[in-house]
Amino acid sequence: MTHMLDSTLYSLCLSIFVGVATGYLGSLMVLEKMALVGDALSHVALPGLAIGITFHFNPFLGAFAFLFVSAAIIWQIQRTTKISFEALVGAMFTLALAIGILIYGDNLDALEKALFGDISQVTILSTTIAAAVCVAAIVLTKLIYDKLVLAMISEDLAISKGIKVARINLLYLFLVSVVVAIGIQIVGTLLVGFLVIVPAIAAKNLSTHMRRYSWLSAVFGATAGFSGVLIWSIFFGPNSSIPFSGPLVVFSGILIFAATIVINWRFKITT
Amino acid sequence: MAENNDYILKVSNLSVKLQNQTLLDHMNFNVKKGTTLAILGPNGAGKTVLLKTLLNLIPYTGSIEWTEKVKIGYVPQYVAVSDIPMSVREFLSIGNGVNFENSLKKVRLTDNSILNKRLGVLSGGQLRRVLIAWALNDNPNVLLLDEPTTGVDMDSEEPIYLMLNEIKKTQKITIFLITHNIHIVQEYADALLAINKCLTFCGPAEEIAKPEIQKQIYGETVCVETERGEK
Repeated sequence: MTHMLDSTLYSLCLSIFVGVATGYLGSLMVLEKMALVGDALSHVALPGLAIGITFHFNPFLGAFAFLFVSAAIIWQIQRTTKISFEALVGAMFTLALAIGILIYGDNLDALEKALFGDISQVTILSTTIAAAVCVAAIVLTKLIYDKLVLAMISEDLAISKGIKVARINLLYLFLVSVVVAIGIQIVGTLLVGFLVIVPAIAAKNLSTHMRRYSWLSAVFGATAGFSGVLIWSIFFGPNSSIPFSGPLVVFSGILIFAATIVINWRFKITT
Repeated sequence: MAENNDYILKVSNLSVKLQNQTLLDHMNFNVKKGTTLAILGPNGAGKTVLLKTLLNLIPYTGSIEWTEKVKIGYVPQYVAVSDIPMSVREFLSIGNGVNFENSLKKVRLTDNSILNKRLGVLSGGQLRRVLIAWALNDNPNVLLLDEPTTGVDMDSEEPIYLMLNEIKKTQKITIFLITHNIHIVQEYADALLAINKCLTFCGPAEEIAKPEIQKQIYGETVCVETERGEK
């Protein structure tokens, strides 16, 4: 019982850090028109999780390794072939899914946890590490945020100002891989893309300025994560008919998104 | 005959080849300090490639020699701002944007309320002025403008060139601008560079009024050999 309470408290803390990080980094993903890339990329973690479980090391290290290696491969192929990012991520995503299913085999319980998230095993150590990594990812992203936005406005303009666009894009992909790997604990590989996309598009509904957009996206990410895990802990739990918190996080986020649509429609904030 | 140190740029034997296609072919020209150079040519002639090459964004062969203390401001033809929730103030603050209110005055955007507007809701003319103000933030001595009136209605074009002319005089900067408008070349440029992969004309801008020069520029492409460095 005490273990469950501790685990819930750590999960709530973790959901705030993960929500802020995915929301903040996701705000750039949405502006890059790569929302679906963020979603598909998260599924690439599946084989990494499977290898971690099979060989008894932290599955999230495996998830991160797979995410980052895949992101780097996609980045390099895109640079050399000019094939669209979406197409490459789509190919990599389905390949990873196929490899993941093969590795999991008949271990359906582990597969379910990987797909929808498992917060029952969250400890104070894993929460502390995840929080530190999320903060580092946010700080690093903040340092390159303006440069990435300038490159979105005009890559030539950014390069002419001495910005190493390819390098900061790779750093950004690395940071996205990190926070997605951590977010998988809360909502699973199938739903973590939600935390990258929806807080950002909700924030966009209420923003005429970049600063408001980025912090609102972070706040909405944290609110969706925290309220989803809280509602799940109070009304459901690991032994209920809904043993995973991920779907509740998604419902919370969708309510926020719907509210921003109504507010924007009523007050015409972005028009 | 211009003195050697009157020039801000010397280009010799400049060629650009990408994927086995020649985009620029053996160009030689010099540009004097404090002048406006108009770059003219049909679509696909390599005008934008030339500007990007001068910015060192594209690999080339030959030589591009800027004077030692050159500081370049660049205004691209296209920018993607419609979907980005960024205010004018935030945009102008990117990079060395400490003195952007002064830059806004230079481009005659004196109403400070524009600072809180989203880039995506600006008119074509306002957006071009904001982009020019951003380029002026670093106090450049060279401005490269790729069709500076793209997306601007015809009535608003002339005021932008008038403004650029004034900036050139007061800031003593050299302007390179790509245009398709012969009237603009005649009114606001000092020198003209016509290209169609190679140089088809290089000389004083007023020459554009001569029918034989227009034929030379817009007729069948005949590459001209300039005396190296002179225009």
